[in-house]
Amino acid sequence: MIVLAFLAQTLRIAIPYLFAASGGVISERSGLIGLGLEGYMLGGAFCGAVASYYSGSPWVGLLGAVAGGAALALLYALTAIRFRADQVVVGIAVNLLVTGATRFFLRLAFHSSANSPRVPGFGAEQSGTGLASLARNPLIWLGILAIAVMAWLLYRTPYGLRVRAAGEHPEAALSVGVPVDRVRYVAAALSGMLAALGGAYLALDQHQFSAEMTAGRGFIALAATIFGRWDPFRAALACLFFAAAETLQIQLQGAQVIPSQFVEMIPYALTIVALAGVVGRAVPPAALGKATE
Amino acid sequence: MRKLLIVVGVLLAVHVALLFVRPSGSAQAAAGTGSDRGVNVGLVLDIGGLGDKSFNDGAYRGAVRAEKELGAHIRLIEPGEESDRESGLRLLAAQHMDLVIGVGFIFTDDVTQLAKEYPNINFAVVDYAIATDKAGNPIPPPPNVAALKFKEEEGSFLVGALAALVSRSKKVGFVGGMDVPLIQKFEAGYKAGVRSVCPNCTVISQYAGVTPIAFRNPGKGKELALSQYQQGVDVIYHASGSTGLGVFEAARQTGKYAIGVDADQYSEAPGRVLTSMVKGVDVAVFDMVKRVRDKTFSGGIYTYGLAQNGVGYVYDEHNRALIPDSVRARVEQLKGEIIAGKIPVPSTR
Repeated sequence: MIVLAFLAQTLRIAIPYLFAASGGVISERSGLIGLGLEGYMLGGAFCGAVASYYSGSPWVGLLGAVAGGAALALLYALTAIRFRADQVVVGIAVNLLVTGATRFFLRLAFHSSANSPRVPGFGAEQSGTGLASLARNPLIWLGILAIAVMAWLLYRTPYGLRVRAAGEHPEAALSVGVPVDRVRYVAAALSGMLAALGGAYLALDQHQFSAEMTAGRGFIALAATIFGRWDPFRAALACLFFAAAETLQIQLQGAQVIPSQFVEMIPYALTIVALAGVVGRAVPPAALGKATE
Repeated sequence: MRKLLIVVGVLLAVHVALLFVRPSGSAQAAAGTGSDRGVNVGLVLDIGGLGDKSFNDGAYRGAVRAEKELGAHIRLIEPGEESDRESGLRLLAAQHMDLVIGVGFIFTDDVTQLAKEYPNINFAVVDYAIATDKAGNPIPPPPNVAALKFKEEEGSFLVGALAALVSRSKKVGFVGGMDVPLIQKFEAGYKAGVRSVCPNCTVISQYAGVTPIAFRNPGKGKELALSQYQQGVDVIYHASGSTGLGVFEAARQTGKYAIGVDADQYSEAPGRVLTSMVKGVDVAVFDMVKRVRDKTFSGGIYTYGLAQNGVGYVYDEHNRALIPDSVRARVEQLKGEIIAGKIPVPSTR
């Protein structure tokens, strides 16, 4: 019983990470740094809540989230690819922009810069906390699916090969006729859509958007991407590991066994460990962060 | 490089522009000029802004009442980012407001600094955090700053007693936002309240984090609450800003009870919100404006407790059905005893 509760909670916490990390993997494998994940998630949460509110259907909410995330990611890709802006700077700018813009539009739409009204979501009232109630939330399945689809896309399709080529050696890819820029635009849009679904999961699960509700989950997903060495499955394992650590901390906090500061630090500490090469070599895509000439 | 600068510049400009867009509804209220005799009051809200159904809305309500009853002119600033707080205060101070109010403990340092630069302007900070010197003695705020403190522990004591009296499982929970003394005060009062009516009840208390984002993380709040409900808790009191929205969501999902904070949060989960510990931010703001108008304002620490109606709990037509009369009577009796000083309420855990 306790084990099941633990698993259910781990999965609930992991789902937004899984979405965003699968987006992080494809963006970074194509050579675009995934610093904007947090912004795509927040934008997705907002667009998802708004679309769900006005349409009355959480499925339309998901569509809205996907559209919003793609738009933000394309804005990022446009500045990074067309205008060759520094990806770190633009990534941070996107996050700041979304924080401000969501508040602004929240006020325009709902006259509150803190919360949206209640929106339709997938969960039902008094549905309990077990695995059974989880299984009824389609986003749980989509989140797990996202990782598998991402692995298939990267390793089993011509487009995946092009993505990896664009991230490792764009000049070589260009020389054999791969449209590197176009490959990267598509990768960015996909990463925006996936991360936005992670944000939509949060908003629809709460039946509400509230300002800054992603609370740094995009950065944890980015940490999982790096800790998972830019591989979808390993990144997914990293997500589950971070989520399990958080669950453990939640379940044990009453007993004060693990200091909460320690658990909050885990993703970032492990990312540094991974980058320092302690657990296997973490080699980022060679052209990560570089614009093509 | 040039293109990079242009792009970043445009993004930043858009961002800054968004921050300074004024709320359409309240802008009219702010438009009054100082041509007639009313007191000019500048109000800088905390992150969360208008519509947070809590702190900021409470302050705004007090200001609106002051506008109606005292003829004050209110100028409202909603900072969008942490860095805009100080500039908002500075803007108002430079406009020679009679009173500048910062809504939230987060304004403490900025106001303390500004008060020295503008000694002729009165300042007030809701939840001003009083610093202590090396010997542990409190350092009083500057002479033109009013520190508005609430005895949250007293209100929390009452909702703690109420939770314990209503609980069937004899297990109640607490979800805090950021683990800081201000929030620990809620926890301490709550626990003391539970113990006062039910010495063998269990209280599970948890915090959402150790950084300010812990006040804006409803996903975490929901998980904390779900795990508490699963451990047999049937009433949870939260003091965690919008993180608490997740607690209400968990209460809906499990069919158990939650207790709101700062303002009446019944509408967040109708039928599942037992009561709310309300903080009279409006009372304090109105009181300050009145003092400035009556020229009785002076710096120092102002404390609002049960006796001053500065804190309390909600009991109205919505939640009356959830609270048995005997419970209500017992809580009212405790309230009287606290006001009379018969029950000491701890403010630290």
